Amino acid sequence: MKIIVIGCGSTGKSLIENLVNEGHDVALIDKDPVFLDEAANAFDVLGVCGIGTDCEVLDEAGVSHADLVISVTGSDELNMLACYIAKTLGAKNTVARIRDREYNDKSLGFVQQQLQLSMAINPELSAAYSISKILKFPSAVNVDTFTSHKFEIVEIILKEGSPLIGTMILDLRKHSTANFLICAVMRNDSVIIPDGRFVFEDGDRIAVIASPAELNKISRVLGLLHRRTKDVMILGAGRIAYYLSRMLLASGSKVTVVDKNQVRCSSFSENVQGATVICGDGANQDMLLEEGLEQTDAFVSLTGHDENNILISYFASSQGVPKVVSKVNRPEFLPIASKLGIDTVISPIQIITDEIVRYVRALQNSLGSNVEKLYKIMDGMAEALEFNVSTDFKWLNTPLKDIRFKSNILIAGIIRNQKVIVPNGEDVITSGDKVIVIAAGHRLLDLSDIIA
Amino acid sequence: MNRRMIFYTVGRIAIVEAALMLLPAVVSLIYLEKSGFSFLITAAIALVLGFLLTRFKPKDTSIYAKESFSIVAYAWLLMSLLGALPFVISGFVPSYIDAFFETVSGFTTTGASILTDVEALDKGLLFWRSFTHWIGGMGVLVLVTAVVSNIGDRSINILKAEMPGPTVGKLLPRSRDTAKVLYIIYIALTFIQIILLRVGGMPLYDSIVHTFGTAGTGGFGIKNNSIASYSPYLQWVITVFMLLFSINFNLYYLLLIRKFKTVFKSDELRFFLVMVLCCIAIVTVNIAPLYPSASEALRHSAFQVSSIVSTTGYATTDFDLWPGLSKSILMLLMVVGACAGSTGGGLKAARVVILLKSVGRELQKLLHPRSVKTVSTEGKKLDDTTLNGVNSYFSIYIICIVVIYILLSFEPFDMETNFSATLACFNNIGPGLGKVGPTTNYAAYSGFSKILLSFAMLLGRLEIFPLLLGLNPFIWKSKRNKAFKINKTNK
Repeated sequence: MKIIVIGCGSTGKSLIENLVNEGHDVALIDKDPVFLDEAANAFDVLGVCGIGTDCEVLDEAGVSHADLVISVTGSDELNMLACYIAKTLGAKNTVARIRDREYNDKSLGFVQQQLQLSMAINPELSAAYSISKILKFPSAVNVDTFTSHKFEIVEIILKEGSPLIGTMILDLRKHSTANFLICAVMRNDSVIIPDGRFVFEDGDRIAVIASPAELNKISRVLGLLHRRTKDVMILGAGRIAYYLSRMLLASGSKVTVVDKNQVRCSSFSENVQGATVICGDGANQDMLLEEGLEQTDAFVSLTGHDENNILISYFASSQGVPKVVSKVNRPEFLPIASKLGIDTVISPIQIITDEIVRYVRALQNSLGSNVEKLYKIMDGMAEALEFNVSTDFKWLNTPLKDIRFKSNILIAGIIRNQKVIVPNGEDVITSGDKVIVIAAGHRLLDLSDIIA
Repeated sequence: MNRRMIFYTVGRIAIVEAALMLLPAVVSLIYLEKSGFSFLITAAIALVLGFLLTRFKPKDTSIYAKESFSIVAYAWLLMSLLGALPFVISGFVPSYIDAFFETVSGFTTTGASILTDVEALDKGLLFWRSFTHWIGGMGVLVLVTAVVSNIGDRSINILKAEMPGPTVGKLLPRSRDTAKVLYIIYIALTFIQIILLRVGGMPLYDSIVHTFGTAGTGGFGIKNNSIASYSPYLQWVITVFMLLFSINFNLYYLLLIRKFKTVFKSDELRFFLVMVLCCIAIVTVNIAPLYPSASEALRHSAFQVSSIVSTTGYATTDFDLWPGLSKSILMLLMVVGACAGSTGGGLKAARVVILLKSVGRELQKLLHPRSVKTVSTEGKKLDDTTLNGVNSYFSIYIICIVVIYILLSFEPFDMETNFSATLACFNNIGPGLGKVGPTTNYAAYSGFSKILLSFAMLLGRLEIFPLLLGLNPFIWKSKRNKAFKINKTNK
């Protein structure tokens, strides 16, 4: 597809990288020639220097043939206007990043409709939503929900003392009658899809797929303590904190927000009724302890500095806070953060990149690809994809154990007549099913791509 | 420094060259010449070398500016070293240095020759000689980019290193598509010229070979007197096509997508055309007394001016016998050269335009010290990086000419010969003045000077920096093993 990205900040770059890897023709518009040059050198894209609202600039980028225009500049208004103009000039779909609370709370639907936006993305809202999901299942590093809440993928890191270490996957099944599947393991920075003879080691990061009901049953087998977080401390009173606090308060948790800026603190307490707002420097460890860091169930670091977030989170987990979540914007820092032992790292950029890639694949869907939904798991190193099975799939009604799959591919779930099946070797795929496939190192466009 | 990637890409070039050699082999077969075997032997050598170099596929395919300079420099060296073999194996050019000179001259589209009697060569070898022009004109790495789906991460760096001009404009989002479009335009123009030459009655073989020479703006002919023995119609066709091939190919693409306004507003094109027309007019008046009719003077003047400014180097007459004014104009045109993004060489019209404009700004600054003036070409403001780039390119261009000229001065020839030889090789033109004029050749130079001039040709074609930096041993440092991987998304 032909895609135009307006704005070449860190979100823009992450988007370009993903879209180019997906095989799309990408043109890039930015007003800063230095950024533009850097991106055009790093990725195979066409750079056009100028403002995204300029018709001539859009024309040079080929707007009239574009399948999609994504505007992610720093200004909401510019994004909206650029998308509107692009739409008028013939772009088929438009996506704008709109992050200001004022637009999002009340008038987003109206704005979206008036500007004929295909999608409005708000990284902060998405990030807050992910964090709240993780806090509901605190032993997990990451939680993803599939197919309207029929499946959940939970990522856990095996730490010393976990009953799983040294166990073979085959034996695990004997311990529990519950239906679940270990669908991916990350060890030494590479992701593998394990078979039955795989033995767990200390430090493995595993992804488990199961239906939400089953997940509660198997938590004990997996050595997970299923306890809800009731008391959360949030550092940084920004936009994510705003959305997150409202979600947490709505579900009955106690929220303490710490920020060093007096103005931000007072506007936060004005907007979020019920949260305890503390004005103080988060880097001050005494202050954090005084405000009850040791008693909280979870600590979420959301300041504007990745470095601060990583270091303060490190301090919090050293103080024994059971669940520590850290926001890291620069994707380069993700592996470093996990090296430091910070389990759960949230990257708003990655979240919205995934969201857009998912949307793009869905668009492609109407153009020939059959991917219904796509989620990146394991820090983006593996993908979970949902396919609709059509009648022309060659291996219909064949037991899974008889199908020769490519390596690092797994059928992790089948949904038939609203029923959830976590498959074993005897199960079959029939037409009309929805199938969830886990893939590492492949780019799948069609269900038949999984056959070796 | 990603050494593996360099080996791998250079190895691919060797394989491509092996494939390209099959074409002259076919020509030899048609004319039943024994020298055809020399192509097969060379192709086999290139293939073995290519397979050895590409045996290990690098995991890390990133090509930064450093790697791309090295890839381009080594690829061109290897191509020339291999391309010289058929001349030696077939026995027509006994000295390898001579054959190397001839091949470099071919690939760099210079057209300077050491052959005293061109007509004695086999048709297959002459075909290869001209075919090197065609390959070198648009660039072999551009060809590889167009054919191979993805050479590596950041492969635009390679295009930048191989394509001439101060800035490389991408026509389409992907480097591969850009390279494809360029080659399609190139091939289409080549075919049109072959057809037009055929229409004028030139034999098919001659048409193809001369078209290769024109398309790459090279200038290897198959007659000792270059183009002089062909009819005026054929000379005019070649004149027009020499000019067409020396215009920025991006403009043809813009014509194709019907952006006529942008094309006609191009500063470089306007400057180039006005300069060419003025020079033709002056030279015509200047040489009119030498020829029987004004139309003949005009034809010779137009042909020679186009040939020199496009850095082709064909000749219809011995311009060494022209008056001083005309010769000086030709020398000047040697330096200016063709447009950026064409197959021609020289300093490039785009750079001259930018240099003149920035000189204008400096002059205004002297009169009005507080004045603020932006320099813009092609409707866009030029940033200081590009301006500095052009200025420093000009300085190093002059330095190269001086160094090569001084080294060449050890030869027992007069100043005009040595200086024009320097300019003619460095700017990829071919024939110079005096002892290296259009009716003579470079055979008289010593082995050392031939190697020196070969490097001058490569420097000129690759626009100095890739060769100078790519062969620099200080950048040849291997990569460390990483503590942990950079998180990259699935491909």
